[in-house]
Amino acid sequence: MFARILALTIKELLALFKDKRSRFIVVIPPLIQLLIFGYAASFDLNHIPYAVYDRDGGYAARDLLARFEGAPSFDLARRIQRQDEIAEVIDTRDCLLVIQVPPRFTADLVSGQTAPVQILIDGRNSNSAQIAQNYVARIVTGFNQDWVFARGLQGMPVSLVTRAWYNPNLESRWFFVSGLVGLLTLVVTMMVTALSVAREREQGTFDQLLVTPLRPVEILIGKSMPGILIGVFEASLVVILAVFWFKVPLMGELAVLYTGILLFVFAAVGVGLMISSLAATLQQALLGAFLFLVPAVILSGFATPIDNMPPAVQMLTLVDPLRYYLVILRSVFLEGAGFGLLAQQMWPLAIIAAVTLAAAGWLFRHRMS
Amino acid sequence: MPTLVSSRLIGLLRKESLQILRDPSSIAIAFVLPVLLLLLFGYGVSLDSKHVKVGIVVEQPGSEARSFVAAFQQSVYFEPHLYPTLQAGRAALRASEVKGILVLPADFAQRLKGDRDAPIQVIVNGVDANSARLLEGYVQGVWTTWLQRELQARQIQVAQPVEPQTRIWFNPELESRNYLVPGLLVVNMTLVGALLTALVFAREWERGTLEALMVTPVTIGEILIGKLLPYFVLGMGGMVLSVLMALFLFGVPMRGSLWVLGICSTLFLLTALGMGLLISIVTRNQFVAGMVAILATFLPAFLLSGFLFDIGSMPVVVQVVTHVVAARYFVTILQSLFLAGDVWSLILPNAAALVLMAGFFLGLSRRLLRKRLE
Repeated sequence: MFARILALTIKELLALFKDKRSRFIVVIPPLIQLLIFGYAASFDLNHIPYAVYDRDGGYAARDLLARFEGAPSFDLARRIQRQDEIAEVIDTRDCLLVIQVPPRFTADLVSGQTAPVQILIDGRNSNSAQIAQNYVARIVTGFNQDWVFARGLQGMPVSLVTRAWYNPNLESRWFFVSGLVGLLTLVVTMMVTALSVAREREQGTFDQLLVTPLRPVEILIGKSMPGILIGVFEASLVVILAVFWFKVPLMGELAVLYTGILLFVFAAVGVGLMISSLAATLQQALLGAFLFLVPAVILSGFATPIDNMPPAVQMLTLVDPLRYYLVILRSVFLEGAGFGLLAQQMWPLAIIAAVTLAAAGWLFRHRMS
Repeated sequence: MPTLVSSRLIGLLRKESLQILRDPSSIAIAFVLPVLLLLLFGYGVSLDSKHVKVGIVVEQPGSEARSFVAAFQQSVYFEPHLYPTLQAGRAALRASEVKGILVLPADFAQRLKGDRDAPIQVIVNGVDANSARLLEGYVQGVWTTWLQRELQARQIQVAQPVEPQTRIWFNPELESRNYLVPGLLVVNMTLVGALLTALVFAREWERGTLEALMVTPVTIGEILIGKLLPYFVLGMGGMVLSVLMALFLFGVPMRGSLWVLGICSTLFLLTALGMGLLISIVTRNQFVAGMVAILATFLPAFLLSGFLFDIGSMPVVVQVVTHVVAARYFVTILQSLFLAGDVWSLILPNAAALVLMAGFFLGLSRRLLRKRLE
């Protein structure tokens, strides 16, 4: 039995790798993508282009504005002279925000009154707008504290002191790069498995395989092997890049990480083979791959938290293997979590893998007519 | 012989349309995929946290602490859980039962009166840095409001020098759905466009029917149009459906003109279809074409288009790379059309980029198709 499975596995790997282009596509582009996406995927704003409309010109206004110029996240793009220029710079997206200092700003402050500052923010990207708003508030608070302190006034008590566990500088790159490990493992595994049986069926070679002495279980294992091997291989490469190139801390143990990787790859291979055996043509298989891939990514919590989803959609995420995998990856990487904490993420993956692989095996036999 | 030309083209178009109808997966790609994705996204995806679980550690109950906890209980953003000791709070944070904890120390009431000692400490789980930062902002908001009310009640005068008055244009409620849904239309169309055409030529090549077609009197241009037009109609149908859902199901505002939307969608769909055709012609193999389509469409449109992640904050090298992602231009156009209006200085350059890309993909497809035959 093992000899037959081995022979089939070798045949499958040859079928995949004999073509120079598919050999290339399976290995190289995902790595390039990690390099590019690792830099692209981040909610941190480090170059907020802004414009200044200073209608006061006094020393307090200059002091406040100098704090923005000195802040690393802000880039002064324009100085505005007229009211109607505000709409212009925001509409064209030249600036994310405009700071308007009203006339009498310095005079009001000196006389002990509260002086307003208008902050106009482009809300087209609501997330950036909200983050920018928080940054502005922080700078203004700093200005207020110093102003009050320098004049010996009674100010608001010092605001909060925040500490962040696991990611002290709140770098969202750590979060996304560890998430990308999951995304790319999924994409590569789907690429290899979802199209493989469909191709053989379209070409008629799958029928020939079925009349050989191979049993359906053996065919299933043989068809799974390339996906499993390539999935684990690719995941390892991506993990190495994440640790050594992006310097994401790997706090947990490799044994925990690889248990997670293996379980996930089994689940992904199961889904891929299921799609493959349901599809009669390659086009259908490709459609199936996307119909699984895109919702799986969207519902996984990769970019938007699962907690923000309505309860019905949260239920749906329970069948998404990527959901569990991402928690495992991020916990092992950043929190150093062990088997104890991650058991509740691992058994659902094992169930998904078992169900999809069994279904794929059943479909192999019963979709022949 | 203009009539002859058109009758040949009509023949090709009929053949292509029949093929589409015979394998319903093309129709499914054009209509089922966008509807499904929009439903999932529109309802499922949001960056706006509400009812975030936070732990509040109250070391010494008192009237101040009670009223502070009440402020959190009333906020829609939080679902507070109380813990008597710091250990219990930390344990809950470690087990991910809460996203963060607020610690009110035993001398909370005294520190409130002081000037330089922070009265409370906030510890957040920083794994999801973005959510952590938003959580910090929300906590700050509740805290400031509560403090002002408290000081007023006790008639304590405090100086508040500068007060920022923020106005958010185009999306005053900061509804993340309003910016995610237009971006999603783009991801949708990228997938639909490329999926529809990526396998077309590769399939005919594998089966040898392309050579058969070549020996007939039809020209290369006619073959391309014959392949493109039916899928274009399908893709536009999907786009219309998606826009209708965005407007009427999700209530995204439409502040620009529909005709601009129509023209820009046409340009983008041509680019997406052209990319699919090119993949098909270059690979000549359905299996490889399928793999390239998976790699080249979804993830770049998802991550590099500015649909989720701000392009301006990416390193310069990556920003340069985003210029070859057609979705980038369409995302900029759509976010402005839906939320801001016809901003010509934004629409024209981006539309011009789409024209260039469509011309490049279709022109190159035509050239390569001819060369491959020799």
